[in-house]
Amino acid sequence: MVKHVVVIGGGPAGLETSASLSKLGFHVTLVEKEEVTGGHLNKWHALFPTLLSGKDALETITKGLNGNIKIQTATKVTSLEAVNDYFTISGHNGWQEKADAVVLTTGFQLFDSHRKEEYGYGIYENVITSADLEELFASEKELVTRHGNKPERVGFVHCVGSRDEKVNNLHCSKVCCITAVKQAIEVKQMLPDAEVFCFYMDLRMFGRHYEELYKEAQEKYNIQFIRGRLSESTEDKDGNIVVKVEDTLLGKPLRIKVGLLVLMAGMEPAADTKSLANMLGLKNVSDGFIQPLDEILRSNCTEIPGVFVAGTCSGPKSVSDTVADARSAALAVADFLKV
Amino acid sequence: MEKKAKNFGYTITRDRQIDFDANNHDICKIVAKAEPTLNLCISCGTCAATCTAGQFTDFSLRQVILLLRRGETNGLAKEISKCMLCGKCQLVCPRNVSTRNLIIQISKALYDNNKLDLKLVNVK
Repeated sequence: MVKHVVVIGGGPAGLETSASLSKLGFHVTLVEKEEVTGGHLNKWHALFPTLLSGKDALETITKGLNGNIKIQTATKVTSLEAVNDYFTISGHNGWQEKADAVVLTTGFQLFDSHRKEEYGYGIYENVITSADLEELFASEKELVTRHGNKPERVGFVHCVGSRDEKVNNLHCSKVCCITAVKQAIEVKQMLPDAEVFCFYMDLRMFGRHYEELYKEAQEKYNIQFIRGRLSESTEDKDGNIVVKVEDTLLGKPLRIKVGLLVLMAGMEPAADTKSLANMLGLKNVSDGFIQPLDEILRSNCTEIPGVFVAGTCSGPKSVSDTVADARSAALAVADFLKV
Repeated sequence: MEKKAKNFGYTITRDRQIDFDANNHDICKIVAKAEPTLNLCISCGTCAATCTAGQFTDFSLRQVILLLRRGETNGLAKEISKCMLCGKCQLVCPRNVSTRNLIIQISKALYDNNKLDLKLVNVK
């Protein structure tokens, strides 16, 4: 009998896991709480470091889906139980299925930047988030301040909601450094006369061609990098944002006016990642992401046999990391079901 | 009769390296024991960005912590005397360093170690 796998979460991780499982000969049901699959990628204009469009990336991933995959959208999983050697999964709308294995691909949620009140998101109109900027890029509208002017200066604030114990997030979200560099370049491409500044604590250019993109940002676009973490921002009478930071490399406090301030919002485990982990009784880890059986060698397995993880539900990842992780999860499932 | 040294117009340039081996590392150890969050600082500078004292003097808690960690304790007493203990730095620190107590403990350690008459902060 063909074994059946339920994949929970229809972002890039869930789509790629489903496609890979199907290619390996399993029957798959992909459950997604929204009306459409694609997750955060639906709203992301372009991906680092190549500027591949989010739309194209999603199309390519979705092409891998085939007839052995049932896609159950608009269904929020409300119960997940291990019964003997199978799992019973039910949704809020009465949908219910049995599965021989379950893959959690519930992903992340963007840090809510309102929580860093001192940075002014939701208070000052010209403070936006990295996600807002992606939506603006995707809309192909002109890049203007909320007052309709072309900004003469644009600032990027790294580590918003990441590496910050004041919001209970000690972890590094990993992708924001390179995203800021990418977005800074895109802003310069749209507004060649604008000055662009990045306020950072450390620049973590860990991936292939990230350092090259950083160098390009300096060499070709003259983007300025100021090493210091913002303490606060305020608004002047003209609607500019006044940023307060220590220029730590000079050892002096610095004040600078920008027309638009972009907060690089970090990754937090999605609410569903937490609730599903609780339903299964998976170990609660301080950062809220799901703890794999072994972070190095069994990164797709959990302490419950038959329950697997892929993508950002087990920690911040780029799209390329996520896709590779999803394929690896499919192999871990195959290994488990063929024993 | 004492001969006055002739000035040839040359001076000896003082070594400006941090002499880590010769420096005093005791103060740092004492402070770290009294306020272990000292070791959590990542030098992000948020404390110094929000600091009112730093706006008017060259005070920077980030630099004070680095000086302490490198054993550069000469002049540290004067540095921390610029702090007004308002605690804004404590509100913004992303690593939850207990900054106010840190200043108090540095002051105490300097006093105990060097028997300096610091009169820096009113520690009771």
